[in-house]
Amino acid sequence: MTATATSARSELSELGRSETALRTFLHGLPGVDQVGAEQRAAQLGTRSIKTTAKAQAIDLAIRMVDLTTLEGADTPGKVRALAAKALRPDPADPSCPHVGAVCVYPAMVPHVAEVLRGSGVHLASVATAFPSGQAPLEVKLADTRAAVAAGADEIDMVINRGAFLAGRYSEVYDEIVAVKEACGSADGGRQGRPAAHLKVILETGELATYDNVRRASWLAMLAGGDFIKTSTGKVPVAATLPVTLVMLEAVRDFRAATGRQVGVKPAGGIKTTKDAIKYLVMVNETVGADWLDPDWFRFGASSLLNDLLMQRTKLTTGTYSGPDYFTLD
Amino acid sequence: MFEYAPAPESRSVVDLKPSYGLFVDGDFVDPADGGTFKTVNPSSEEVLAEVAEAGAQDVDRAVRAARQAYERVWGPMPGRDRAKYLFRIARIIQERSRELAVLESLDNGKPIRESRDVDLPLVAAHFFYYAGWADKLEHAGFGANPRPLGVAAQVIPWNFPLLMLAWKIAPALAAGNTVVLKPAETTPLTALLFAEICQQADLPAGVVNIVTGAGDTGRVLVEHPGVDKVAFTGSTEVGRAIARAVAGTRKKLTLELGGKAANIVFDDAPVDQAVEGIVTGIFFNQGHVCCAGSRLLIQENVADRVLESLKRRMARLRVGDPLDKNTDIGAINSAAQLARIRELSDAGSAEGAERWSPPCELPERGFWFAPTIFTGVTQAHRIAREEIFGPVLSVLTFRTPAEAVEKANNTPYGLSAGIWTDKGSRILWMADRLRAGVVWANTFNKFDPTSPFGGYKESGYGREGGRHGLEGYLNV
Repeated sequence: MTATATSARSELSELGRSETALRTFLHGLPGVDQVGAEQRAAQLGTRSIKTTAKAQAIDLAIRMVDLTTLEGADTPGKVRALAAKALRPDPADPSCPHVGAVCVYPAMVPHVAEVLRGSGVHLASVATAFPSGQAPLEVKLADTRAAVAAGADEIDMVINRGAFLAGRYSEVYDEIVAVKEACGSADGGRQGRPAAHLKVILETGELATYDNVRRASWLAMLAGGDFIKTSTGKVPVAATLPVTLVMLEAVRDFRAATGRQVGVKPAGGIKTTKDAIKYLVMVNETVGADWLDPDWFRFGASSLLNDLLMQRTKLTTGTYSGPDYFTLD
Repeated sequence: MFEYAPAPESRSVVDLKPSYGLFVDGDFVDPADGGTFKTVNPSSEEVLAEVAEAGAQDVDRAVRAARQAYERVWGPMPGRDRAKYLFRIARIIQERSRELAVLESLDNGKPIRESRDVDLPLVAAHFFYYAGWADKLEHAGFGANPRPLGVAAQVIPWNFPLLMLAWKIAPALAAGNTVVLKPAETTPLTALLFAEICQQADLPAGVVNIVTGAGDTGRVLVEHPGVDKVAFTGSTEVGRAIARAVAGTRKKLTLELGGKAANIVFDDAPVDQAVEGIVTGIFFNQGHVCCAGSRLLIQENVADRVLESLKRRMARLRVGDPLDKNTDIGAINSAAQLARIRELSDAGSAEGAERWSPPCELPERGFWFAPTIFTGVTQAHRIAREEIFGPVLSVLTFRTPAEAVEKANNTPYGLSAGIWTDKGSRILWMADRLRAGVVWANTFNKFDPTSPFGGYKESGYGREGGRHGLEGYLNV
């Protein structure tokens, strides 16, 4: 495996040049058996995480939250409040860690940036005509550049699902490459601000099959995505455990083939501590400790944070406070 | 690193008695000669209880009780009334499933995750399923008025103590027979709790009798002249002895014996799910499964990749306390079985196969064996031919589908087989040619009360489960 890794790496980087090569590669990936994948995900969901392990998991999950608001009704005041909460999720308990990032629309980025500056909490912005992605490429790139210029250091883009489902893989690939470029120059780290991290939203609820999820995952990674993300949260089916399992297997296999590690972000529909812990168990037992870090795994969520805080308080104080003891944002 | 804290299921739900009698004619009774034996927790060697050892006199008493109940109560009873009792038993099993699951894990050593999520749901499902048949026997395809056989002698193994009891008792009772059942000597406790459930369900006395004991008790039971039907699940060796004992008598016989199943992985298989299936196939229930996929046949061109994934997955298996809810692999059921697994594994190494186990710490007390795979195995090796009945997998490779079929069938057994491929036509082609009673496609060790189960060749004869499972208990 290692002897061929270098040649495999260069071969993989060539794939994007030809539609045929890309198609042949993606369709040559091992299939996913739906029943088996769902059974494995359900089995991992039966793990019992208690006491010290639960405390550890809750703090880790808080650090992995991309605290998100993506509403037409978002206001500068609201996103500032959200950013303040991201910094100190539990004002009553200074030992509570801050979240991974705040995730907002591009127009809201400057307001959040003011609050987060220098805090270590990342600022993610959706871009590329989120959530549908139905806009000309120039618009998507301008959207991305504007968000980066306003201070976003993570960009959550959507793929062109229409092109993907129609089998026009090169089109999807090229678009991701172009957005990645719009996130900043690759060597930008040395000359000022580093390039923004690119999270590629597959919108798995629209991809219909696990085979497609695996192919889209590889496509996004081959094109240079730093993270692969399940969903926009704007279609009926968002993140699920089996979909995340398939994506985790993809990042694991991609690292084995290329040496490059890619992160995973399930988003949408993860509302409870219990759910979050199931995801962490799945990460632990599918890809291992290397991914159990906010740099490599995130939750796209909003209401999840308050449930994590309530459970955290319950574990430390022994009493379960009502929702009124935690801020609504 | 994310370490799971211990998450033990509470033992307090189980009310263990210091000693248990025999369940004969609706009551717990002492054995005539007062013999007892101890049953231990295989994960700690702690003695759980003393259990009565039934002698010839006790077995005779149980068979007579069963005969009387058959002739006076259960045989004449309308099917829908028998169904009522079976449904009631099924519901009580569901209600007491946590208690039964904990007791099963204590006595057998299997992880609570399996006794809770696999054994108990299937046990209840079996009773529900056959309860439904009790008043519909004339529609089962065995003639207009199929009659029961009479008294069934049933001897079951220690690997799925309560589930095997359900496989035996549910169809027998649904068809109108009464039973005398002997659980395995290392795992008698859930059968005795089941006896209490029969009392709780007001099942008429003598319909179910449980006689505990070792091989001698079983021999006396199957040889008893008052028995009309013998059903046995266990080793091929004992199955042969039973077949000899029953030959020439009026007794109807079904045998479910050993296996050495091939789990066949083609190059177009869904690899991640195939690896899960391999793990389920051989490490489920510590490999104490007659239909375990103990021979892995991988297509040569993907062998390295599949083995690499398998080893990575095996390193994640959690071996330890059976009552911990996060345990994947529990204890080996007995010292004798552990000795057999060790003997065959040592033979594997001695014959030149390459042995691998993930790093794993085994508890000091109790009977434990790390999950193990052997690569470079040939058809001539003992570990490719003999049933190990433990968490030991023999890996072979093949080039063509024809070679896979040839290797898979090249065994005296024929209980089960697995096929992993994305190609539907190949599944059908293979299933036609594999000489195995059960063929799983893109899954393994999947059980359902509606599905008949049984073997070819030295894996036995007769079917359990489904409509077919009724045949063994009807005079057809």
